[in-house]
Amino acid sequence: MTDLLIESSQLEELLRQALPTDVDYASARLVDERSEHLSVRQNKLEPIFNDFDTGVMISIWDGGGLGYAATADLSASGLAAAVAQARHWASVTAGAMVTTAPPSEHAVGTYASPVEVDWDTLPLTDRLELLQQQSRLLGIDERIVDWRASLVRREVDQLLVTSGGARIEQRFRFVYPSLRATANEGANTQIRTFGGHAFCGQGGAEVLGRYGFGDAASQIAEQALELLTAPNCPTETMDLLLAPDQMVLQIHESIGHPLELDRILGDERNYAGTSFVTPEMFGSFQYGSELLNVTFDPTVPGQLASYGFDDDGTPAVRQHLIDNGILVRGLGGDVSQARSGLPGVANSRASGWNRPPIDRMANLNVEPGESTVEELIGSIEDGVYLHTNNSWSIDDSRNKFQFSCEFGQRIENGEITGTVRNPSYRGISRTFWRNLKGVADANSFTVMGTPNCGKGELNQMVGTGHASPACLFGDVEVFGGEE
Amino acid sequence: MSEADHTYFDELITAATTRLVGDEVLLANVTGERTDFIRLNNNDVRQAGTVVQRRLAVDLIEGQRHVAGAFQLTGERSIDDARLTALLGQLREQRRLVADDPYLLFNTSPTSTERIEAGSIPEPDAALADIRAAGKGRDLVGIYAAGDTYSGFANSLGQRNWFQSATFNLDWCFYLQADKAAKNLYAGFNWDEDAFARKIDWSNRQLAALERDPINLLPGEYRTYLAPRAMEEFVHLMSVYGAFGQRAHATRQTPLLRMIADDATLSPLITISENTAEGIAPNFQSAGFIRPATVPLVVDGQYAQTLVSPRSAQEYGIPTNGASNGEYPESMTIAPGTVATSTVSEALDTGLFVGNLWYTNFSDRMACRTTGMTRFATFWVEDGEIVAPVSVLRFDDTAYNLLGDQLEGLTDETEVLLDTSTYIERSTMSSQLPGALVGAMRFVL
Repeated sequence: MTDLLIESSQLEELLRQALPTDVDYASARLVDERSEHLSVRQNKLEPIFNDFDTGVMISIWDGGGLGYAATADLSASGLAAAVAQARHWASVTAGAMVTTAPPSEHAVGTYASPVEVDWDTLPLTDRLELLQQQSRLLGIDERIVDWRASLVRREVDQLLVTSGGARIEQRFRFVYPSLRATANEGANTQIRTFGGHAFCGQGGAEVLGRYGFGDAASQIAEQALELLTAPNCPTETMDLLLAPDQMVLQIHESIGHPLELDRILGDERNYAGTSFVTPEMFGSFQYGSELLNVTFDPTVPGQLASYGFDDDGTPAVRQHLIDNGILVRGLGGDVSQARSGLPGVANSRASGWNRPPIDRMANLNVEPGESTVEELIGSIEDGVYLHTNNSWSIDDSRNKFQFSCEFGQRIENGEITGTVRNPSYRGISRTFWRNLKGVADANSFTVMGTPNCGKGELNQMVGTGHASPACLFGDVEVFGGEE
Repeated sequence: MSEADHTYFDELITAATTRLVGDEVLLANVTGERTDFIRLNNNDVRQAGTVVQRRLAVDLIEGQRHVAGAFQLTGERSIDDARLTALLGQLREQRRLVADDPYLLFNTSPTSTERIEAGSIPEPDAALADIRAAGKGRDLVGIYAAGDTYSGFANSLGQRNWFQSATFNLDWCFYLQADKAAKNLYAGFNWDEDAFARKIDWSNRQLAALERDPINLLPGEYRTYLAPRAMEEFVHLMSVYGAFGQRAHATRQTPLLRMIADDATLSPLITISENTAEGIAPNFQSAGFIRPATVPLVVDGQYAQTLVSPRSAQEYGIPTNGASNGEYPESMTIAPGTVATSTVSEALDTGLFVGNLWYTNFSDRMACRTTGMTRFATFWVEDGEIVAPVSVLRFDDTAYNLLGDQLEGLTDETEVLLDTSTYIERSTMSSQLPGALVGAMRFVL
């Protein structure tokens, strides 16, 4: 099961031969995925799981229609059947389409995740022992009632060829480490995690060191215990300092999704929702304070959603979406840009071989400012410093949100004065970012990602990258849990 | 094609069994589908196509040691035989490196079953024509998914289980403007033009009600009716976070922790079951255990049983009841009450009629305190009559209020709700729920 299909010239030739030449546009997108899932729970190894997922999506635009067909049968006859199916759909949908313009790019190029330390230099026995070590560091107290250390390694090879001559080969290597400690006393349970929604990326075994995987277990176990006796987060309007691993969620939900052009165009209204952002806002809308600079940057080495080309074959480059607080560009690929007439980015992405590309976030980053974290804390008279998301909810236009975190620290008169449990805050995207009053510098800037962003009909789950320093917001409605 | 897949799976595993070594045991699960998808926006097609996939997952066991893996079947027997052989070789190599698994448990008493639900689904061309005709002049947005889905289990001990169905699912909205839309679902085994017409008629009538000027309500507590779809969103969150799962229960992570640690209760009106007999999910699970027809989870507001996976059964020393590893209901039912469904607006009298909730999550998980939004058709009702649609509101309240102290009644009819999820593959989850009349529900934004 280890031969790399992407290196098979015979398969590439089959794909090319399968594509019809008498249509407006045809593409074949091969996706070959391999992953290894390791987990140790309460110092016991859970069953190792090895996953292989390979298939091709054929897309055909012709005569004003579009059809796709996804198959795992990579034989000449299997591909021919998929082409016939896609052709049929194109004929059925001709004259009934939202848009008739296929992707315009036919680029040639390659991309490969930067790998410093090949994953396979860390033998399976070493990987399992590493997890056992972390597990033992988590289960340090009888009040820790459940704990787990996990590693997922995932490799994805993609080859896109089109009737217009495109050939794009991309090889992605991902690592997803995670830790979890659950502490309990009576009706009070507190969960502290590492990884999950933030600390994952592209690369090899060096990803573990990049995020301090080997050093995190003791801290999260101790913090889970600390939360058991911490007071409830106070309920009041105050300053809110968000650590980078909560900024991931804040960026994702209240900047990323609202700027997706397919939401603005209405494609998602039956499921993921629409957007409070409307087309006329681009170029003038004050999205945030002047401190807010947001980039779409698929070029950050090792970030989760870095790539050379999107799944329609558009070359990916860094673009400013929000420039000194002003909204300048949306998150929409080639097709959405043509439909909307709005500026976009190369972000047409699919979750796998069996799903068609749609507008997705990739790496969406808040650029660093000039303050140190210590300066930001020192500027706060009355506030909280929140770390690690554990709950998120936002309305269908991505406006009214409420987010919760695992771990909170009270800040009074410029100093951290204690830990608080069950911290939450709520706000409205349209105005929340205008209260951004401090952005930490490059020392706080952390490159992260989240592996599970759900969207689309049919549903798709993809990874998105987010990098950010700690950020300070004023006048936020903060509150705690149930007494 | 599903019958062919059934035979193919059977023969593939039978052949693989002959290649096992020593005392090895092989567990195999296949899930597959051939689904036509049509995505629509403004009554036009955004994307349309067909997905064919068959995923085989295997667990290779020797004694108490085992390793698992999965891959996509191509449908070409020689290729799939070779891939399965290669995968089993890899698992065998890895198995040498792992210790005994103390929680390994699989069914060793072969019980073979077969359930096939045939359907009558129109050709995709015809379905698209029907849908666009019904949406003519409307801003119709949504997804149509139709075709065969199946799940199979086989092991080297001779057990064979098969579940397949041919279903369609049209999940759509008629949009009026901004966030005002009539949401509806037409799903089943047999496409019936009259039934579809009735669904369209319902949507048209609800759209008319939405044309009134919306009102903005201030945060506060309101008397509320939660329609079955809204109830589904609320209880689904609890379910997937382990409210009814043995592992979450034993490790004090269940959202209903206060029911076991503080003697909290839900309303005596609440009875919740896992009702496999009336659902559309397979009646077997991945280790080969057969699910009972029903498992009572909450009875008259009190915890009854948990869903116990085979691993939890070993870990906690109790029998499994055929739950999947996630230990969440796949065919949940909440027993109906006595509020007349046909006159529920009159029972509400004055308050909020909430058709759908959206994006629920916990604001304090261990207190089962949940937040979320109203979505689509939410109306302000006075004296039993709809006055106006209501702009979206955020709620933040506990299950102990909404399904406890503040629960005044449940409707006397339940609605069968098929899960429309298509992450990775089409879901076979469903629920059967009543609506709930709540004395006071807390809205915060």
